[in-house]
Amino acid sequence: MTATVPPPALQGGRVLPPATDAAGAPRRRGAGGRRTAAAVLIVLTAAAYLLFRTDGAADGNGAAARFFDGVRDWVDANRDTSPFFLYGVNYVRLGVRLLVDVVQAALYGLGFAGLVTAVSAIGLVLAGWRTGLLALLGFLSFGVLGLWDESVDTLVLTLSAVLLSVLIGVPLGVLAARVRWVGATLRPVLDVMQIMPTFAYLAPMTLLFLIGEPAAVIATMIYAVPATIRITALGISEVPATAVEAATALGSTRWQLLTKVRLPMARTTLVLAVNQTIMLALSMVVITALIDAPGLGQNIVNALQRVNVGAAFDAGVAIVILAVVLDRITTNAARQAGAHRTRRQRQWRWAGAGAALVAVVATSFIAIDPGNLPQWSAAGPVNEVVGWIELHWYDVTEGLKNGISAGVLDPLETLLVTTPWWLFVLAVAAFGTLVSGWRAALIAALAAAGIAGLGLWQHSMQTLATVLVAIALTLVVGVAVGVFCARHDRLATAIRPVLDAAQTMPSFVYLLPAVALFGASRFTAIVAAVIFAVPPVVRLVERGVRDVPATVVEAAVSAGSTPRQLLWKVQLPMARGGLLLAANQGIVMVLAMVVVGGLVGAGALGYDVVAGFSQRELFGQGLAAGLAIVLLGILLDRLTQGFHNSKGPRR
Amino acid sequence: MRTFRTTVAAALIVSLTACGGATSGAGEDEPSAGAKGTVNLAVNPWVGYEANAAVIAYLLEKKMGYTVDKKELKEEIAWQGFETGEVDVIVENWGHPDLKKTYIEDKKVAVEVGPTGNEGIIGWYVPEWMTQQYPDITDYKSLNKYANLFKTSESKGKGQFLAGDPSFVTNDEALVTNLKLNYTVVYSGSEAAIIKAAQQATAQKKPLLFYFYEPQWLFAKEKYVRVKLPAYTEGCDKDLKKVACDYPDYKLDKIASKKFADTGGAAYQFVKNFTWTNDDQNLVSDYLTNQGMSADQAAEKWVNEHEATWKPWIPA
Repeated sequence: MTATVPPPALQGGRVLPPATDAAGAPRRRGAGGRRTAAAVLIVLTAAAYLLFRTDGAADGNGAAARFFDGVRDWVDANRDTSPFFLYGVNYVRLGVRLLVDVVQAALYGLGFAGLVTAVSAIGLVLAGWRTGLLALLGFLSFGVLGLWDESVDTLVLTLSAVLLSVLIGVPLGVLAARVRWVGATLRPVLDVMQIMPTFAYLAPMTLLFLIGEPAAVIATMIYAVPATIRITALGISEVPATAVEAATALGSTRWQLLTKVRLPMARTTLVLAVNQTIMLALSMVVITALIDAPGLGQNIVNALQRVNVGAAFDAGVAIVILAVVLDRITTNAARQAGAHRTRRQRQWRWAGAGAALVAVVATSFIAIDPGNLPQWSAAGPVNEVVGWIELHWYDVTEGLKNGISAGVLDPLETLLVTTPWWLFVLAVAAFGTLVSGWRAALIAALAAAGIAGLGLWQHSMQTLATVLVAIALTLVVGVAVGVFCARHDRLATAIRPVLDAAQTMPSFVYLLPAVALFGASRFTAIVAAVIFAVPPVVRLVERGVRDVPATVVEAAVSAGSTPRQLLWKVQLPMARGGLLLAANQGIVMVLAMVVVGGLVGAGALGYDVVAGFSQRELFGQGLAAGLAIVLLGILLDRLTQGFHNSKGPRR
Repeated sequence: MRTFRTTVAAALIVSLTACGGATSGAGEDEPSAGAKGTVNLAVNPWVGYEANAAVIAYLLEKKMGYTVDKKELKEEIAWQGFETGEVDVIVENWGHPDLKKTYIEDKKVAVEVGPTGNEGIIGWYVPEWMTQQYPDITDYKSLNKYANLFKTSESKGKGQFLAGDPSFVTNDEALVTNLKLNYTVVYSGSEAAIIKAAQQATAQKKPLLFYFYEPQWLFAKEKYVRVKLPAYTEGCDKDLKKVACDYPDYKLDKIASKKFADTGGAAYQFVKNFTWTNDDQNLVSDYLTNQGMSADQAAEKWVNEHEATWKPWIPA
């Protein structure tokens, strides 16, 4: 875990604000005063709730939904006549299609042998022989899994989206780092883009760009480009002022400063930006199968429709392999980009690149049908295991589902749904101020009011209830595993590759085992969300506990602490910053997954979105629900964001 | 094909810039213009449709030399594909008068290609054992009496009505409201999930009220009984919010894009000729679902055994 992970400021492509960021942090009060304020607020809120609770009337067909229906009708009627489409949107679509076709022609033109050689050669030259070997085996395995064409299609879309992201993101990142107002304007926009659950913007994409590869690539780009912009900006702003000064003193122009000093000095970070962009793009590309993007996502959608866990497992493995190969090539390339080389080493590299190019060209003429490779699939055994669990654990899974649904989820849902919207907004504002400062609270409260304005109050509150239960479970599991990992090195080493793989799997894949075990229910979405969000929580918790200074632990032990006391009185309190950060990171991921759960009966906003792009008359409501999800994301993120700003351990 | 397409797209961008504006269909594949092109076949998410698609794709590829590109799409998204050129043909369409109006009459990007020969029924069903224990349950008027039986973790204290994929043709939520039934509609998400629930309901004698349809292979294995809703009359489902009647019977049909109809040649003619019975479809569905066959294997088996049925489809 040294050089292979991005610096701690990057989590899933988000650059976290530094812990000492003063903006938005509440002024320090005595801990006692804060506690009293919290207690008073809780009592007040409870009293207001009891006085004003409603009976949770159903959502009507809101004005927002009708408005979006109107927009849809206008777009449909004017797609081929309005100049906005004729000269704008349709050209974007055409251009992106051209890009996809070029990338596709290139990859398919190489053929099976050629592409395998090409990827291995790129790995070898850019990142060393180990990576080259990994790439070779990885790409061969697509053939063995019988998923060659699908994997290449996924790669085509991913590369197209990454190319676009880099083309747009790097210049914007440079601007954001160099021009103050650009950076300030971009920051909130990027925040929203990153909180926005992927699922929410598929419908608007199809409205503007119709279905197919262009819409898929653009949706993927929107998801991935914030990481490109942020990390580029970070890299450029980290270039030492002395180097810039020296170059200026030597008479460099601004352009020279950028191309000869800033960009070259930031190149390690730039490669990391590409790395994060690729990872994010890969997880999004799979979901775009819902709007007719080809590739492995189609296999997963297909498996979901047939409740065939095994088939999805194969496709999931292929995605993880693709992710690991791309990740290793780019991270190791980043490391090598930072290394200094002698002239002789550089000559060797050029010679190697030349030889590799010749090999690629030569092998591209060899026609091998990947279908002739020995075939292997995990579908059979996986389905057997699932079948066995279904048969023998039926009572356990049913009991768990019914218990949590009736015991926790339903009461919470009733509580939230029967809360009048203005009371909810006030409570968000009050508690937000207490936790995250008034700025964040104001934004959160506005988001809450916005949700009420969309006319989807009931569904939003149902989704919120599911999210809250899921995040609670995620934290319980994540903290337990994280603490365990922090205390047992060998276990941590064993678990790490599992966590790596779990984080590269697209969220989608987790629905399947959950739906096979728990049927169509909100609990299914909760289970999938927990599986999806636990890995990063484990990481953050483990790091938090490990970062507790050894001297402190030593002192506690020598003062006679039992291991239990050590954990509860020393390690956990001191790792609070890590835990709270984990809550903030986890909650956004959980929201994204709970919403996708709309595909498998989790209902509420997720269902509205699914129905919106599969039933014409529900389109407007679907878009409104998408917007409500975004607002819910902003609300949750702002509310929990103050955690790591204000309450982190003092350093 | 791909490089050709790239050139076409590039040329289009240039030429369109010259003569003003790009339309939504610009830059797409010319659908199977040549004699042996590619047919883009939409595959909607239920196994009966897959059976149609499997046999059509198999015959187009193996007997007629076309390439078939199958696309897993939900119903309404597949219709959108007519406009963009992503989809050439839908081979099992359930009604959708609103989509027909938009895409066939208004936009003129699609055409009807005639019936598939399958008779479609949509309805509310319960497992057979329930009708023995509660004889009057097959009348919607007594459903409220039994609502307690159908309670689940998802049904909010009411009875659960299990629906399928949100993209399917349904009026269930409107029916529940307008018939004043004390039920909650829960979407299982897919045909497979409904079938699983139905099989469980029969095997474990668990109460279940669910959305289901024919043609459907499951009816050959287990018995389910349709609940009587107020009878369908012409136009009673016109306003989707006010529907209070049963589903109509559907004559399932095929829809093709205008481009495919005009330039599809033998492939289009073949799709037009395709018609078979519910039994044929159920047989192939059974191969696909219960005998672990791939689409091609299932189609091959059926094709080998039913030459008399498919021979006339192939245009001379």
